[in-house]
Amino acid sequence: MSAGVGLWIEIPVALLLVLSGVFTFSAALGVLRFKTFIQRMHPPALAFSFSAWCVTLATILYFSALDQKLALHAWLIIILLSLTVPVTTLLLARTDLFRRRAHPDTADTAPPPLSRSIPSTTRSPRLPDVAANARER
Amino acid sequence: MSTPLFFAIVFALACYVAAMALTLVRLVRGPSAQDRVLAMDLICTIALLVLMVLAIRYRSVMYFEAALLIALFGFVSSAAMAKFLLRGEVIE
Repeated sequence: MSAGVGLWIEIPVALLLVLSGVFTFSAALGVLRFKTFIQRMHPPALAFSFSAWCVTLATILYFSALDQKLALHAWLIIILLSLTVPVTTLLLARTDLFRRRAHPDTADTAPPPLSRSIPSTTRSPRLPDVAANARER
Repeated sequence: MSTPLFFAIVFALACYVAAMALTLVRLVRGPSAQDRVLAMDLICTIALLVLMVLAIRYRSVMYFEAALLIALFGFVSSAAMAKFLLRGEVIE
């Protein structure tokens, strides 16, 4: 095994790793402690963006110094992550809205109804209408 | 491997393990299904970060393929589960 890289390149790598660890821990803490799902959706973005960027930069720095040439293969992971994470987040947000509209009694706070013509006094606009139609028939 | 880098790697891995444990609590306790999907997605990403830190620790490039695979499978499984919760079926 070679002697490794110098201390002047290991110190930034160590700082980036410590930073990513702290941010990942705070993201998990936020996921555990926030009250509603919409609030809980936000802290993982910290781990997805900031921690992943820190670790990727640390890896690129370390392996570039170790092999004495630019090692950009870790870039693929951060590109893939930044492409796929918004899709998952958007799908989960839509899932939460849909499920709280469909079953407002099981959720802590129901979202507002879709259109303004529906009176705002009924918390679930669909189910009472269906029941009224069934009674008329 | 110098001492500051070694302690930084140990600290980062300990933080990742603690974060995984906290997210696992949310995964078990989560009141709704989308909470569990979100927690599973976060656990996948933390596993990816663990693999990339282990690549620095053991100076091996082979860990990156595993990290790439975990990122890909985490996205596919989370998107499929969210789509299932949204529509009741995965492919329409």
